[in-house]
Formats: sequence, structure tokens, C-alpha cells
Amino acid sequence: MAERTHKPKTSTRSTETEEVVDTATPVSESGEKLKAELDDLLDEIDEVLETNAEDFVKSYVQKGGQ
Amino acid sequence: MALPKVCGIETEYAIAVRGAENNPVSASSLLINAYVAATTNRRDGRVGWDFDDEQPANDARGFSMEDAMAPEIETSLVNAVLTNGARYYVDHAHPEISTPEVTTALEAVCFDRAAEEIVRRSMVFATAKLAASSAGQPEVVVYKNNSDGKGNSYGCHENYLLARQTPFGRIVAQVTPHFVTRQIFCGAGKVGCELPGVPDDDVPYQLSQRADFFEEEVGLETTLKRPIVNTRDEPHCDAQKYRRLHVIVGDANMSEVATYLKIGTTAIVLAMIEDDALGEDWLLANPVPAIRQVSHDPTLRRTVVLRDGRRASALEVQFGLLERATKYEQSHGLGCVDDAVGADVLTRWEHVLGGLERDPASVADTVDWVAKRRLVDGYAARHAVAPGSVRLKAIDLQYHDMRPARGLASRAGLATLVDPAAVERAMTEPPATTRAYFRGRCLAKYPDEIVAANWDSMVFDVGREPLRRVPMMEPLRGTADHVARLIDESDRAVELLERLGS
Repeated sequence: MAERTHKPKTSTRSTETEEVVDTATPVSESGEKLKAELDDLLDEIDEVLETNAEDFVKSYVQKGGQ
Repeated sequence: MALPKVCGIETEYAIAVRGAENNPVSASSLLINAYVAATTNRRDGRVGWDFDDEQPANDARGFSMEDAMAPEIETSLVNAVLTNGARYYVDHAHPEISTPEVTTALEAVCFDRAAEEIVRRSMVFATAKLAASSAGQPEVVVYKNNSDGKGNSYGCHENYLLARQTPFGRIVAQVTPHFVTRQIFCGAGKVGCELPGVPDDDVPYQLSQRADFFEEEVGLETTLKRPIVNTRDEPHCDAQKYRRLHVIVGDANMSEVATYLKIGTTAIVLAMIEDDALGEDWLLANPVPAIRQVSHDPTLRRTVVLRDGRRASALEVQFGLLERATKYEQSHGLGCVDDAVGADVLTRWEHVLGGLERDPASVADTVDWVAKRRLVDGYAARHAVAPGSVRLKAIDLQYHDMRPARGLASRAGLATLVDPAAVERAMTEPPATTRAYFRGRCLAKYPDEIVAANWDSMVFDVGREPLRRVPMMEPLRGTADHVARLIDESDRAVELLERLGS
């Protein structure tokens, strides 16, 4: 029976992981900044979202594919 | 040693016409014909697809369903081969692009992005044509998703090269845990549920577009009773040496990193299976219920039963596969997926799993279901909209809208991997490392001398009888290293064929 030891992964690849973290999500940003970003994003969505959601969703039909 | 993991992605796009008759077959034809007409270098339009060797009814388990299945091949529908080696065609009322064959996950992302740009450009050309011949402001709109919310699904398929002698039973058993659980980082997210009899309230949001549509563990079908592992045995290359695994279980991704991880992790898992280095620790007791259960659990905490009776969450299964892959890198190396790309895939795999484990919101820039949920939840909070409401379903669909002015994914802050200049080149230039190079270069240089092309051959018209068919049964021959100079030095196809023959 194989060993099953799931523990939160401490990185075996520490240097690369740090580089990836730097270029990926800014996890060190404050909550305020993230909220402001989301607000801006939602403003943009309000502008471009389909004006009649009900009609759009109802009329969106596709043929079955693979 | 595992064979180089030659791979490719085929995407069935959704299509809708606004402001004019909405017939998906004619719209798809218009889309592709408009692009080909606008970009062709041939005197007489597009190169046809050569269907002679298509065998979609062969089952990898050792039989053929030839007589039992309706023909899948629609020879009368639009079917073009592009100078980047891709195939652009109408399939079951969807426009579909199959990327050229590539050898790394990074190239796969580049050519998948190129396919998206081809589709975007096609929308512009098709809309212009439609506007010229209709009143009002008609528009052809394409979506890169897998579900219409009305019980219909269409796929984003992946293909991977394996050695023929890899026992198919081993592939089925050992790849299934990855297919069931990888959706935690490559699911595209969905508002609501498609299982008959399950109300949307029960599943306000799930990880995968496709999970609800999978009803079997293994099988040949692709359009109904879909199997987690598809047994189609149509290698489009030397069938004695090679197997092409045709994967239908994935979602189409808008996030480049999600596509990269989807292809990259699966290629490594398959390499381990080919080298018999994966083992059976993570086999699932009931893959079909498990794939739905994992999808319906955005908390990522619920567990599924393994074959040996233990329970594990999808995260734990994925961490287990990653651990195996890390050992495999040390014991076998990752040359079959490119050492540098393979190492990067492992690093990003670990990073995304760690992020999902700590706080899924932390990977909103790479995981489509997280990015989409951020928009859905944010919008619901701002406008006090109930879960599963029609406006949230509209956001779900519009996340995948390919129009730059409307698509939500491009506004969601997703990280990118591929340089836009490389994507632009990949729209017209083939990859250097597979037979797609020969196909694409010939189509670009000898457009009027090629009668037909498909994955494993090209048919030339050298000006006299008979037509010359060039077989391309080896995916790794016909690369830039092999043929660039020959093509550069041959002004006409007849010269090239003479040089190839000698």
C-alpha cells in the first residue's frame, strides 16, 4: 500500500516558486487595492454586459457537438 | 523512454448571428470562407481536406464500429488547411480549429492563441460580408465555451502522442484520476447545472463546463453518453508505432496559464503512464459520479472514494500526481515534454495547487473558474442579484465572448505567457518542430500546386498525371531541420518532390 502523506506542500522547488509568485498574483497587495480593482472591473462589466440578459441567455442555443 | 509528447488542441467554438437569420451551419461556413477568402494566396480559393484515411470508428480496445455508427465525416462542409498547419472547418454546426502539431505545452498555448486571433479576424470579415448583403447591423459572434445552458455541449479536445505498445487498459485506469481532478485548475466555471432534475439552486456555481455531460468511464462516443476516456483509435500516423490519445473531457480555457497547465500536466502524466512510472495509488472507485462531484464543489474540500477505499479530495489527488511527476523528473527526466518547459510546468502546477489550497482567490489571474466567479460574485453583490439568476448566466456566457469589445475574460486580469508578436506569427507560420512545418511551408510557398492535405499526407499537382501524394506518417519528420532548406531552394513543388525523392 502506497504511503499517503498529504501535508501542505513545502516547496521542493523554492527558487523557481518565488519567481513565479513575483510575476503571478500580487498576494501582498492590500485588501483596499484589490477591492478598488474589482470595482473598476465591475464598472467595465456594467458597460459592456449584454443589455437584455434575459433575451441573450434565452436565445443562446448551440447544436450539440463533440 | 516515453516518446516526445507531440500534441495539439481542437476547439469547437459556439456561434450566433445577431440581427439576421441565425443558422449555425451557414454562419460557420461564412465565418471560415470569409477568413480564407481574405487571406488566401491561392488563385482558386482554399485547399481541400483529403478524407481518404479518416477512420473515426476504430476503437482503441481493438474493434471497429464502422457499420454501427453514422458517418462522422461531413465531406460537403467547409474544410480548410491554413499556412500555419492548422485545420479550420465546420464540425457539427460549430466552427472548429485544430492547431498544428507541436512538441511543447508552450507552443500549444501559442497556436491556441493564434487560433483565437484567427477566429477574431474571421468574425470581422464575416460580419462585413453579412452587413454588405443584409439590412440593419447584423453581426457574427463566436464564443469559446462548451455549454449553452440548455443541455447541449461541444468540446475542446486535446491530442497526445504515445507509443502504440502502451497497454490501453493501463492508460484508461491511470489517466482517469487526472482527468477527473485537473478541473480544479483548468475548469472554466459555470453558473448553474445541466443534470436533468437538478435545480440551479442546488448548484449555483461549478468548476467545469463539461463535467455534467460525462456519463461513462470509457468509450467511443463523443456526442452523447460521453466517456471520460475516449477510445477513438485514429492515429493519423504510423499505427504500428504510435497511438494518439484523443481527450474530450476538458473545458476550453480563456486563461493562457490554464491552457498551459492543462496540456503540460497531462503530457507529463501520459509520459509517466507510458514509462509505467505512475502507479495506481490514486485510482478512483467511481469516476463518473466523482467528476460531477468535484465540479459541483467550489470549496475543494469534499472527498471522493478511491479504488482502495481511502477517501481523498481532488486537491489531494492532484498533489499526489505532482509528487509522482517530481520523482519522475528525477528518475527519467522530462526531455519528452522539453526539459525547460517541463520544469516550468511542475513549478506552476505546485504554485496553483498551493494557491487553491490556501485561498482560491489567490489564483484568480490563472484559473478561469476562479476569475469568472470573481466577476459573478462581485456583480451579484453590487446589484443584489440572487445566485443562478439570468444576469449571472449572461456573465458566464459573455466571459467567453470572442469580441474584444465585449469579452469579459480579456478584462479579468488574467496573466499571459505568450508574446503577442509570437501569436501573430503563429497565425500564418507553422511550428518548426513537427510535420506541420512541411505542411504549412508548402501551403504558403506552393499554393496552386497542392490539391489536398490532411494530417498525414499532402497531394501535389505537378502539372502532369498522376497527382503526387506525399505521405507524412511520422509526426517528427518534415521539421524545419529536415526540410527548411529544401523548401527554400525549390521554387516549385515539382523541384521539391524531386529533391525529397533523391
